[in-house]
Amino acid sequence: MATEVMETTSTRNYLNNGHTVKSWLLTLDHKRIGLLYLFSISIFFAIGGVYASLIRLELITPEGDLMTAETYNKVFTMHGVMMIFFFLIPSIPAVMGNFLLPIMLGAKDVAFPKLNLLSWYIFILGGSLMLITMINGGIDTGWTFYPPYSSIYSNTQVTLAGVSIFITGFSSILTGLNFMVTIHTMRAPGLTWFRLPLFVWAHYATSLIQILGTPVVAITVLALALERTFQIGIFDPKLGGDPVLFQHMFWFYSHPAVYIMILPSMGVISELIANMTRKRIFGYHFVAFSSLAIAVFGFLVWGHHMFTSSQSMYAGMVFSLITYAVAIPSAIKIFNWTATIYKGSVSYDTPMIYALAFIGLFTVGGMTGLFLAALGLDVHLHDTYFVVAHFHYVMVGGAIIGYLGGIHFWWPKMTGRMYPEVWGRISAAIIFLGFNLTFFPQFVVGYLGMPRRYHAYAPEFQVLHILSSAGASILAVGFIMPVFYFAWSVKFGKKAGNNPWMASGLEWQTSSPPPTENFTYQPVVTHEPYEFEHVEEIKNAGKLENKTA
Amino acid sequence: MSLLTILLQVPFLPEQASSFAQEVDMFYLSLWALTIFFSVAVAVAALFFMLKYRRRRIDEIPEQVEGAMALEITWTVIPFLISLFIFGWGAKIYYQMYTEPKDAMEIYVTGKQWMWRAQHPDGIREINQLHLPLGKRIKLTMTSEDVLHSYFIPAFRTKADVVPGRYTMTWFTPTKAGTYHLFCAEYCGTQHSGMIGNVIVLEPSEYQQWLAGGPKEASPSATGQKLFASLACNTCHYDKDGGRGPSLAGVFGSQVKLENGTTVIADEGYLRESILNPGAKIVAGFQPVMPTFQGQLSEEQVLQLIAYIKSIGAQEGAVAAKPAASPAPPTAKASPAAPTTQAPAAQGGQKKD
Ligand code: HEC
Ligand SMILES: [Cu+2]
Ligand SMILES: [Cu+2]
Repeated sequence: MATEVMETTSTRNYLNNGHTVKSWLLTLDHKRIGLLYLFSISIFFAIGGVYASLIRLELITPEGDLMTAETYNKVFTMHGVMMIFFFLIPSIPAVMGNFLLPIMLGAKDVAFPKLNLLSWYIFILGGSLMLITMINGGIDTGWTFYPPYSSIYSNTQVTLAGVSIFITGFSSILTGLNFMVTIHTMRAPGLTWFRLPLFVWAHYATSLIQILGTPVVAITVLALALERTFQIGIFDPKLGGDPVLFQHMFWFYSHPAVYIMILPSMGVISELIANMTRKRIFGYHFVAFSSLAIAVFGFLVWGHHMFTSSQSMYAGMVFSLITYAVAIPSAIKIFNWTATIYKGSVSYDTPMIYALAFIGLFTVGGMTGLFLAALGLDVHLHDTYFVVAHFHYVMVGGAIIGYLGGIHFWWPKMTGRMYPEVWGRISAAIIFLGFNLTFFPQFVVGYLGMPRRYHAYAPEFQVLHILSSAGASILAVGFIMPVFYFAWSVKFGKKAGNNPWMASGLEWQTSSPPPTENFTYQPVVTHEPYEFEHVEEIKNAGKLENKTA
Repeated sequence: MSLLTILLQVPFLPEQASSFAQEVDMFYLSLWALTIFFSVAVAVAALFFMLKYRRRRIDEIPEQVEGAMALEITWTVIPFLISLFIFGWGAKIYYQMYTEPKDAMEIYVTGKQWMWRAQHPDGIREINQLHLPLGKRIKLTMTSEDVLHSYFIPAFRTKADVVPGRYTMTWFTPTKAGTYHLFCAEYCGTQHSGMIGNVIVLEPSEYQQWLAGGPKEASPSATGQKLFASLACNTCHYDKDGGRGPSLAGVFGSQVKLENGTTVIADEGYLRESILNPGAKIVAGFQPVMPTFQGQLSEEQVLQLIAYIKSIGAQEGAVAAKPAASPAPPTAKASPAAPTTQAPAAQGGQKKD
């Protein structure tokens, strides 16, 4: 992408620039902050994963025998809270966004490096409070916190959990703000809006949601805490409040929050597909604007979570219609990605396997969303396992698959080492199989009528639950494998070099790992993204015979 | 092999036991057909391109294909049209499900951590069960004593949240005799998964037998009439105008003029509010002197008062002291008054219909 391409031979980089704990905890380097996030969210993911395993173990039998109903309710609540607020929402933006965004823009850092570090501390403060909540017995309200159960009836640590989420929200808001300002003001010379990688476009759209949506959920949990602590009637009808009001406020944020989780992942997939096929993304403008369309329309559909809530029938119809409008930009992306592979030069390396898995799983996840947006059908499907299956296809099959694909793709850039390719492919295949076995049966059991959040269930659902639990154990293996081979690769992996994928993009022109200031020169951009005839490594590779792709 | 047989025995659809079930299933299966079509198409295309265009030389740079406007328009417009169709079909079913049915038998349901209570028009009550006559249109008027619940009958494909402080409605016509699951679908605390029961659809004659065998109880409106007297509502609300409060005869379903100049339709929600929070809407021409009954009545009792108010027609007396009220012809808006008005006389839970 840049005119000047230099091999940076110096061994000085952001990782060996200071080895003390202090040099990490007080770092203002966006790359180090990205790694701090990587480390913290991996821990939260592991905790959320342990809870998930407990759920699947309990559901092997129809009776509630492994744990009490009370414990089970806490387990599924903590699973949801950990995975959504402390893993999925920060995952790609806070780790890869932090690491890559400034490099992709040809900048030295984000616009406000200190604010960036502060965001991480706020995140850790919020996360610690949630861990304290957990140790104190956890909460049993479900991650949706519906009152009046959460505000008056539950006698678990709801207020503490609310404070934790309130605080964590600020980390998200500040990160979004930082990215938005960075994208507006810190692009390298020549890097016009339509020369931006689609990863950047996706993060721009995500930042918009983070800035506009997160304050609303903060207000909502605050109101909940007020009702709970001071008996101020906001949501409980006995105190003069309205429980459906909470649902409106909660989903006004939490529907767009779904896009905070999926949009960055779509950005990653665009990068993976372009670079692994050496093709410019088909319909670049459509893919870029569809991200913005999703971000904007995403704010107008919250009522589709409330078709049976006693919301007005006509409101339901409007929300349903707009929901179909949001489905279109997602479909556009899927078609354009598939068309990009056409006449490409397709590599079969792990990132491409993940990209392909994303296309398949997200298509099923998105299409089953059409079932739920269909009013008369949602009446039956709402609050059943069908919904559980649907959002795991989107959140795991979409967001997490994109996250893993991205981590594999940029791992050499982050660490300077390659992960073992064979293991990468094997674990991707295991995840794909395990995932489908876990969640596909849940579509069926949901339509048969199995409600979500059930500790014990009718015996005729057992076969499907056993399949699901078996799948979960396979999925767990697939998730654990990368932890080991990534750790192994940091020491023993093959040296990566600047551009192991022969990818386009500014991040591949600097050394791996990059120096603290990202570039030893000022990059200048002269052409659009994904133009592979400008990639030096491809030209040079032709001259060297002994390598094969 | 045996694993396969077990898997093949798993049904794909629940039993179809209401008038909605068939269409909802048709809709569901059509959407699966669409999903399979699109997923397979995308997967086959992607895999085919991957095989056909695999990287052959390390320095290969493929010829770039620019985006094609015609294609972009095609794959925007086609999904859009399909979406509109799905929206329309979904909206049509939803409209039927949530529009008040005419001439339905009304059953009152209250949810409470963690049980379902139901009261039939002639007074019979049941817990965690719902006996229904086959082929008759049934409307459930529901509320909750505490937190949110949701009344879900998978075999009927119906569900409606049960919300404290409001009345919600669901209706259906059972089309197949049998026993079906009743689940609480909205998380409501510790025993949420225990807030379940059975819906038992009986042949109409068996249903009559079942009613006759039940404990003898007064109908909701008869109990409401007694409450109306014992709570001294009748000291202000006479059967004719002239009391300190407006006459309640025929008020249900009518347009009520308020002090602030607006009008409201007197539905169940309005009546409930008038009893529990009388200050919220003041009837034109009256003083805000009615005391609140918040905290003194259970949700069931409020429903019984409402059932009584609904039962008194325009020419009916609201004199609560004597159960002398003769059966009134149901007003157009009111739900079938036959079982409710005949009940006071037939204290013995007799049924007719
Ligand atoms: C102290 C006199 C008094 C008593 C006792 C009383 N009410 Fe009222 N009620 C009124 C007045 C005055 C109004 C009209 C002003 C208003 O809307 O608050 C009214 C309004 C109503 C309305 C709305 C009527 C309309 O035409 O819109 C209903 C329903 C009602 N009352 C039910 C009851 C019931 C049931 C009880 C007993 C549990 C009761 N009231 C006890 C004085 C009373
Ligand atoms: Cu949503
Ligand atoms: Cu429940």
